[in-house]
Amino acid sequence: MKEKLKSLLQKLFGDSVRAFGVVSLVFLFSLAIAPAKNHFSEWRHYQHGYLKMIRNRSDAVTLQRHFEGGIQQIWLPDLGVVDRCMSCHVGLKEASLNDVPTQPFRPHPVIPHKLDQFGCTICHRGQGAATTVAEAHNSTLAWEQPILPAKYIESSCGECHRGPLPGAPQLNQGRHLLSRYGCVHCHMVKLPDGKIMKATDDPPSLSHIGDKTTREWIYAWLKDPQAYAGTATMPNFKLSDDDARDMSAFLIANSTPLPGDTATLSAKASSDPSAGASLYGESFCASCHAVQNAAGNVVGGDVGPELTRVGNKVKPEWLQAWLRNPRDYDEETAMPHYRYNDAQVATLSGFLLAKTDSDLLANVHLEAATPEQIARGKRLVSDYGCASCHEIGGIKKPENFAPELSRIGNKPVTQLVFLPGMQHTLPDYIAAKIKQPRLFGQALKMPQYSFTPAQIDSLATALLALNDRAATLPPSLTVAATPESDYQPAGKAGKLMTDLACFSCHRINGHGGDMAPDLTWEGSSVQRQWLVGFLKNPNTLRPSLIRRMPRFNLTDGEANELTDYIMTVYQSPSVDRDSMPLSGYPQGEVELGKQLFYGKYACQGCHIVDTKSDKGYIGPTLTQVGSRLTAAWIFAWMKNPQALRPGTGEPNRAMSDEDARALTAFLISQKGGGKSEVAKK
Amino acid sequence: MIRQSLSIVALFATSLTTSCSRKTASAPLPQPTAFGSAIVESSGGKQTSQAGMALPQPLVVQVNDQQGTAVPGAMIEFSAAAGVAFDPAYGLTDSSGQVATNVTLGGIAGRYQLTAFTIDKSRKKVALTIEEIALGYQQTLGRQLNDQYCERCHNPESTVERVSNFDNLEIKPHPFSEGDTLNKMNDADLTAIIGHGGPALNKSALMPAWGNTLSKSDIEALISYTRAISDPPGHDAGPVYAKN
Repeated sequence: MKEKLKSLLQKLFGDSVRAFGVVSLVFLFSLAIAPAKNHFSEWRHYQHGYLKMIRNRSDAVTLQRHFEGGIQQIWLPDLGVVDRCMSCHVGLKEASLNDVPTQPFRPHPVIPHKLDQFGCTICHRGQGAATTVAEAHNSTLAWEQPILPAKYIESSCGECHRGPLPGAPQLNQGRHLLSRYGCVHCHMVKLPDGKIMKATDDPPSLSHIGDKTTREWIYAWLKDPQAYAGTATMPNFKLSDDDARDMSAFLIANSTPLPGDTATLSAKASSDPSAGASLYGESFCASCHAVQNAAGNVVGGDVGPELTRVGNKVKPEWLQAWLRNPRDYDEETAMPHYRYNDAQVATLSGFLLAKTDSDLLANVHLEAATPEQIARGKRLVSDYGCASCHEIGGIKKPENFAPELSRIGNKPVTQLVFLPGMQHTLPDYIAAKIKQPRLFGQALKMPQYSFTPAQIDSLATALLALNDRAATLPPSLTVAATPESDYQPAGKAGKLMTDLACFSCHRINGHGGDMAPDLTWEGSSVQRQWLVGFLKNPNTLRPSLIRRMPRFNLTDGEANELTDYIMTVYQSPSVDRDSMPLSGYPQGEVELGKQLFYGKYACQGCHIVDTKSDKGYIGPTLTQVGSRLTAAWIFAWMKNPQALRPGTGEPNRAMSDEDARALTAFLISQKGGGKSEVAKK
Repeated sequence: MIRQSLSIVALFATSLTTSCSRKTASAPLPQPTAFGSAIVESSGGKQTSQAGMALPQPLVVQVNDQQGTAVPGAMIEFSAAAGVAFDPAYGLTDSSGQVATNVTLGGIAGRYQLTAFTIDKSRKKVALTIEEIALGYQQTLGRQLNDQYCERCHNPESTVERVSNFDNLEIKPHPFSEGDTLNKMNDADLTAIIGHGGPALNKSALMPAWGNTLSKSDIEALISYTRAISDPPGHDAGPVYAKN
């Protein structure tokens, strides 16, 4: 062996010329390594593949002309972007390549942003400066942020766009769920704009829970909230029987009666189910409350709790007091004060109390609680952070009960503990943690939610948008959310509006719900007399809607008080309601308007003026529109409906003033009761 | 140099073996206790979701025997093009002969053909193909505009929350999935009818002009959405992803 090596050395370096030659060759080879590496690099391979692919296409000439070889780079110093992705993804700007099934040669889908202005990694993450697939797409030792899976891509929209964004429904839903399911009661979320995210689920106070329900119901609810109501937002804490026994014991023992709430039944609960059902229907309880129907579908709104088994939950005397005036028990409730009389309270409470499920409490048998159990229950109630969501007498709301999530989108993977077999990425961790939190440790307190896979993905999307970049973007690069105003009407009318919970459904000056029309400019829109009548007895304007304005049984005084306030305060600066008369238009103009209504603009497709022939079912019925709206409002609406109510379904027809005036004349002549001016003549 | 290359080879070898061992480590399939002869869709076909995202409803398929009765305990496996995820990817049918799976579609907009198969008594594969649609950004925007402005007339189906106006119209509008009609209209025609109303193409005035309400890109988004959901698909419906 040694001999052989010696002879080899002798052969190579035997004389100085030969040695020089050998050394030169070695140098030459080593110098060639760098260019060779460049020549055989991955991106060149992809570019060759691209050129080969387009060669046989009909649009080859155009594509070849667009093609630029070499490393392609987008450099945006403002955004800190150095992206070389287009070195391999060569066809991103070629819309005609849409028939290519897979990347890297597909065009980018149509989006509102230009590639040259935003680059790639702003949305997709990954390592932009890398020129190999592995380094660009995956996490490496020097780069933790891999490509974001497509299912979470909208989280990147959310870094700059702070409010709801059309075209990013998953992000919108995720943000909504964070508030709606009360995640932010326990986890603080400081938004990139500095505001603290607020919960919208409004969990009830438990300080007087003994007035409302029984210990047995509390026990069953604590064990499995979804067994009582599938739509309940309260999660399942997976409590043992003993834990639920002791916590229910504490909550009942801790409850103090509200003065006046323990009033004896003033009216016997009626057992006339048909009268109850019709009062439930007339009061439009279903606008806010859902009930499971015979087919198993949960139908109704989600503002208030589901009522499928409410008879198992509430005490009859509490329910009657609640129906009489919910604000006596909960001042902040979204439920209106209906002003029911005794007979109505009896009818409705009888109807609701009959909504029971005999299985729900059948196996709940609790013995009288011992002081030890109550003490243990109190400890458990503190341990599980119940007071993060619920007001509980004698227990302080814990501060920062769960980890803050304001920058969760940047949590280093090295700080996470993964489950065996799961992908080591942040999105996977977040999704798995939401799906089954207790898998990550039996001692964890985070409860089990019943989210669908799509809901989990949307929550993860919203959370991933809470990252360092979102928090540090200069304001010039962000699109701010419209701030929710805390508008509150003043005076007696304001108190009345709170009592009737108008803001649970209506929006005024940027505050309130979106179930019913925005009333910010209602005073310019409607006629006084109509409004008084409507408040006293709301008739149906839109026949196809299941959510409608309920009847609150207002007195004349209350209806007038509200009307005066609305007519005075809620006026649009651009519509002067007295600028056009409510009658007296020339007959020719009215006739022209009628022709336009049925001919050129075909309004009968969506509206009804003549109940015999028109069938339009989308917009409000217009048989009495002449007694309802002001002429000035109709005219302005004809000219540009979106200017008066953004997002309304009525299209802007860009009408001339003559057409709009003629239609106004025709519509204002529709006074209802089959006595329209046109019909008379 | 030699040592370096040696270590690279060693690294490569270990990574190869680990990747191989990972493959073999997957859990064995549960054994079917019964066999059916047909597989049918119970619910969850023809859904639309956004590309890369979970379908709103689970896909439920059922195994039947020759008499058409449900077969519990039969094995169903799901498969589709790369990028589609099933949770679970296989399972035994429950007491009503069904298996439900949550489906996440691939990251590129298009039509995804999912296959569910079972084996019959003679060990032959019986398969069912179900199509789902993944929408891109533009199409998602189009869907949202459709829900806001168009659907009340163009979708003949009513739901509890939304009563359709379709039956009230003398001249019936075309549902957006009606490929037989809409595929024959080019983008320019659709743009004209949306922007200027039915009369622009000598059609019913009940279709109003939306050109002052919707922007040009809104109209493009709507057209792109109709193309994506058209049934049968037109030539620009986007790629079809099936299992190789």
